[in-house]
Amino acid sequence: MTVQRYIYQHTTPITFWSAGLIILGFLNTWFVHLSAVTATAWIIASVIAAAPIVLRAISALKAKVFSIELLVSIAVIGAFAIGEFEESAIVTFLFLFGSYLEQKTLAKTRGAIKSLTDMAPTTATLLAANGTTSEVDVDDLDEGDVVIVKAGGQVPVDGTVTSGSGYVNEASITGESRPINKQTGDTVFSGAIVESGTVQITATQVGDETTFAKIIELVEEAQDTKSPAEKFIDKFAQYYTPAVLVIAILVFLFSRDLRLAITVLVLGCPGALVIGAPVSNVAGIGNGAKHGILIKGGDVVDSLAKVDTLVFDKTGTLTTGKMTVTATQSYTTDRALLAGVAQVEQTSDHPLAQAIVQHLNAHLTESTADMTTETVKGRGMIGTWQGAPLYVGNAKLLTENDISLTAAQLKDLHTMQDDGQSTVLVGYQGQLVYILGVADQIRPEVPAALAALKRQGIKHLVMLTGDNQATADAVAASLAIDEVHADLLPADKVTFVKKFQDQGRHVAFVGDGINDSPSLATANIGIAMGGGTDVAIETADVVLMQSSFTALNHAVGLARKTSANTKQNITIAILTVVFLLIGLVYGYIYMASGMFVHEASILVVIFNAMRLIGYHPRVAKQHPAASHQLATN
Amino acid sequence: MNKVTMKLGDLTCPSCMTKIEGALNHQTGVQNVKVLFNASKIKAEFDDSQTSADDLANVVTDLGYEVKSSKVKAL
Repeated sequence: MTVQRYIYQHTTPITFWSAGLIILGFLNTWFVHLSAVTATAWIIASVIAAAPIVLRAISALKAKVFSIELLVSIAVIGAFAIGEFEESAIVTFLFLFGSYLEQKTLAKTRGAIKSLTDMAPTTATLLAANGTTSEVDVDDLDEGDVVIVKAGGQVPVDGTVTSGSGYVNEASITGESRPINKQTGDTVFSGAIVESGTVQITATQVGDETTFAKIIELVEEAQDTKSPAEKFIDKFAQYYTPAVLVIAILVFLFSRDLRLAITVLVLGCPGALVIGAPVSNVAGIGNGAKHGILIKGGDVVDSLAKVDTLVFDKTGTLTTGKMTVTATQSYTTDRALLAGVAQVEQTSDHPLAQAIVQHLNAHLTESTADMTTETVKGRGMIGTWQGAPLYVGNAKLLTENDISLTAAQLKDLHTMQDDGQSTVLVGYQGQLVYILGVADQIRPEVPAALAALKRQGIKHLVMLTGDNQATADAVAASLAIDEVHADLLPADKVTFVKKFQDQGRHVAFVGDGINDSPSLATANIGIAMGGGTDVAIETADVVLMQSSFTALNHAVGLARKTSANTKQNITIAILTVVFLLIGLVYGYIYMASGMFVHEASILVVIFNAMRLIGYHPRVAKQHPAASHQLATN
Repeated sequence: MNKVTMKLGDLTCPSCMTKIEGALNHQTGVQNVKVLFNASKIKAEFDDSQTSADDLANVVTDLGYEVKSSKVKAL
């Protein structure tokens, strides 16, 4: 056992010793011509390089697996038997050297996930109840523990800031590198870096339960979740290796040519074919993880690459999901009235009222203690301002209280409503004094991103919303949306997704992951935008950690590139086999050259996959002016 | 039951996975063996009355793979 371990651990020096001996053999043959030196050098090279290969082949056989090492071992022993020491030495050396290079280059394609795991915190400064601090391993922390993180330090737990403040960079979670101010009561994630200030954090989740640990686990598992093509190749490889062995035996039985038979063994190694597809996926998924895009496996990459229809939930996806006052029409010079409006609205928890309160915050200087308001259902609110009633609500509230709108005012109202804004009217002393327009704003990057998606090959963009038709139409009009459906319940959205699928479309549903899980689950691909929540991480196939459309462009482009890369690699692998077979038939290829072509093809597919590491989509510059302000109900 | 997570030296051939999975599954008291090829990790559940994390690490080492670290968690 110890000899075995020694050999495994010293495979790299063995590889280089073997190279040295092979060169020594050639130098002797060409220049020195000492008898027996060449053969001896090549025999030693063959034996030492074959040792780790044969040992692995045997251990695999014990586990009832026919490995590539077995094919090579038999071939080398065969070559040895017929005195082809040069060939056996070169084949074993190339096989070991190839594995060595594979390991080095594969490490590059896995770099993204490795740099992510390297970011995982290892130690924490624990604050004891008596005020003393101690340095502990993160594994020893429990929920409820209080830790201190100083500038330059790393947040070791998911938790809440209980004292102190500072700027924290959450790039390891969201992929977006910018300092965010964190105050008492704010949530912080494990893996984030405190850039300035000192914070005290009470742990809510520790160890494997933290969002960061879950992301790492998810990405690790995703990189090993196979696409259908990979599954097929795995199945294929399982029968392929023993089949090559059988073919080699048949070749020997019929041709009585051992050289030919062992050449078949070497050429039959499934090298590039088995590594080609997984290496593309690992590089692609790694690229995503680095940019805050979690793609849950090779099957998802495949499926996302095929998507031709993107279905968006409007609120919180195309729009920010936050109501803001976007327009104010004034028919009075009495600006002080706004303070009254703010005070009336402050007594309501209606989303429109809250948007108005936030907008008019500056006007709220006087106490609201003496403000009594009356709620009129389906109309609005009535308060008092300087002894007279102040009406804040819809048109019905005003007309019912004998305030009529002039033709010009009606026209203003309709213009704002057609724009998709929700309107709030203010009446005072028999007059309409203000119309406030409230809207849920379209995210500024959306128009450019949707145009980019079309260029990326998404044929059909659909918006589904629970909002009313006017609002939906207004949002859609300013965007390159092909189809709009409004007034929908969550169940109706699922029906639409199913309908598109029945039409033979490959549908991805994009939602915020909060109340649209049925649609996320039904669609071929569910994309949760603005992750960081457990629900989103679990339900969706693709999680965009930052709530941004640029990430969506990146995800779609990356999936297409990765899927294409996989196909290129499979093509390269198959062409290599075809090339080798032709070479064999015409007598150009023998053991050593066959092994060389094999190892070279493996490196070619790895290098091809490495192109994915630096992938970044080209999206046109955003035009801030193109962002429109629109309303939800 | 315990769950062990072993971090290995970089795995390079996908066929290693089948090998390791097969070997660990043959051990008594071991179930749900999962080899993560790209993360070069093994996750397995085992009954600590029948085997131990060290035993399992030895099985993997004897197959020719370096076990860099191993972490055990009670389920």
